[in-house]
Amino acid sequence: MQTTDEIPLSTTAERQAVTTEDAAPEKDWVIVTRGLKRDYDIGGEVVHALRGVDIAIRRNEYVAIMGPSGSGKSTLMNLIGCLDTPSAGEYWLSGALVSDKDEDELARVRNREIGFVFQTFNLLPRATALHNVELPLVYAGVGSDERKRRAIEALERVQLGDRTHHRPNELSGGQRQRVAIARALVNQPSILLADEPTGNLDSTTSEEIMRVFEGLAEQGQTVIMVTHESDIAAHARRVIVLRDGMVASDDKRASFIKSAGIAPPDLTRKG
Amino acid sequence: MPFIEAVWLALAQIRVQKLKSFFTLLGVCIGVMFLIAVISIVQGMSNYMENDFAAKMLGVNTFTLRRFPWFGDGAGSEEEWRTWLRRPRIYHTDLALVASVLPPGSRIAVESQEFLQGQSQWARPKQVEAHAIDGDYFTIKKYDVRVGRAFTSQESTLGAPVVVVGDEVARYIFPDLDPLGRQLRIKGMPYTVIGVLEKQGSVFGISLDRVAIAPYNSPLHHFTNPRGDVDGIMVQAPTPLAMGEAMESVREVMRGRRKLHPGDPDNFFMETSASALAFMAKLKTIMTMAGTAFPAIGLIVGGMVIMNIMLVAVAERTREIGIRKSLGARRRDIMRQFLVEAATLSTLGAIIGILLGIAIAKIIEWRTPLPAAIAPWSIVVATLLGTVVGIVSGVYPARRAASLDPIEALRKE
Repeated sequence: MQTTDEIPLSTTAERQAVTTEDAAPEKDWVIVTRGLKRDYDIGGEVVHALRGVDIAIRRNEYVAIMGPSGSGKSTLMNLIGCLDTPSAGEYWLSGALVSDKDEDELARVRNREIGFVFQTFNLLPRATALHNVELPLVYAGVGSDERKRRAIEALERVQLGDRTHHRPNELSGGQRQRVAIARALVNQPSILLADEPTGNLDSTTSEEIMRVFEGLAEQGQTVIMVTHESDIAAHARRVIVLRDGMVASDDKRASFIKSAGIAPPDLTRKG
Repeated sequence: MPFIEAVWLALAQIRVQKLKSFFTLLGVCIGVMFLIAVISIVQGMSNYMENDFAAKMLGVNTFTLRRFPWFGDGAGSEEEWRTWLRRPRIYHTDLALVASVLPPGSRIAVESQEFLQGQSQWARPKQVEAHAIDGDYFTIKKYDVRVGRAFTSQESTLGAPVVVVGDEVARYIFPDLDPLGRQLRIKGMPYTVIGVLEKQGSVFGISLDRVAIAPYNSPLHHFTNPRGDVDGIMVQAPTPLAMGEAMESVREVMRGRRKLHPGDPDNFFMETSASALAFMAKLKTIMTMAGTAFPAIGLIVGGMVIMNIMLVAVAERTREIGIRKSLGARRRDIMRQFLVEAATLSTLGAIIGILLGIAIAKIIEWRTPLPAAIAPWSIVVATLLGTVVGIVSGVYPARRAASLDPIEALRKE
């Protein structure tokens, strides 16, 4: 239960003190969280989903967030994705404090800074691939010609330049997820935030999608992936494991594996 | 999201769900349809009254001295009627007195009419509108004699049994014959036809060509005015100014003749086209109000249908709302999307309603004697009304959509 004594931490004076002290919102750091907490009130009972998470992610990192169900990884993802606001603590995204922004400001942050890739793709079923990819640009207020150009560009980046006028039900699962990735990328976000991106795909397609992420990470895109599958997480260069709403481990083993030339597990063989 | 995008989005949504959209906008459509039809007919009648009726029946710069109003102001409460019926009648003998006080250049006529049976040996009897007239009746009524002639003053004074008939009477009573010089029997008395009037047309389906006009002094007045009274004394002044003057003089002389005290109200009425039109205006207001009350109910029901359907749409498209929010749609973007959708639906309904309403007005005009005039303002008002109904009924569902929590919305299947 959060006590009132902790609240002064989030006053402006305190925050500025912390900011100058740690210089957290340095350009290089895309995500910095300090003592991030999230409580839910479910039927009068308070559930502590996050109990103080401190993570810092640099630009160009490829991070997997793992954890069993109930570990708080979904809650953390919602907070990182600015879909939710923390009960306590700070969240800095690209050098800006977003943890106390209001709803409309958060919408703007989601639009400009974050590209979501969901497990269930979350494409608009009646819209063409092109239109789906254009959506973030619509809310960014980009004019229709520019929008179309950039959307086609994004679709070409995921090798779907020839599927622009297909609707989601005319595309395979992998293609759908690639449309979703194109949509996430189209507004050049600071982070690509993927929530179990291969959860609804067979293993071959999963590998295809993971290769897309890999490629993007190599091009310098910051990728944060939430997953509970360790072989998917193994693609990342850094794995943060959550347990009971806290960071249980945070290591760059994956990147060591990569730099040592050890290939990630062969997903096709796992079946 | 720009407004235009929202409209395209709404139209796409409507196109995808054609049948559902159709039922959604049906209420507004029907409401607007009746609104347009009613306004068109009321407007048509009113135009007709102003342009044709007033000129044809009452004339310009003309007033008629009557016992009580015919196209009357007040539309007569029972009380009023009782006082009116106690008033003294207007007699033919008042004619000379009234004529004596009129400004120079004025015309005067007496008129009395009665539906009587006219017949000849060539046709079965027919009701004709028999008029026993005196004075400058033809001039005041702007009656042109198509063939033959009007009465001479001798015929008038002597009361010769001659008659000028309307077009319809001529055709019916004397089929394929030259009516001039032939006999028209009215109540058994023969009258020689000396002229046929130019065709007058009809007012509200009542033919103006069914007249048979004979001199007041002819035997006809025994039937049209058995008591020696007349329906009215018509006065036409040369100018509007002179008309006011004439009305004042006539009032004075009539009050004098009837020995009214200064405080007593007039016990006669001077009917002008203005007083008839004032009555028409009153009638128009009542008809417009009554005629728009029902469509208004239709619009309210239509609005409720739209609200209901929009609430369903919000529930059905919760996930879409979640997706849009996750991609950066603000509250106001979602709000606008649903408001525009409701407004587009309802405006579309209004537009269809307008077209159907015009069609109904045209059909009524074609099948019945009621005229129709589509008022341009009513189309503008109906369109705006449609939009407003949509916006009003869309506010609640749109607000609900806008306030959805994106996490919850994304989770929804």
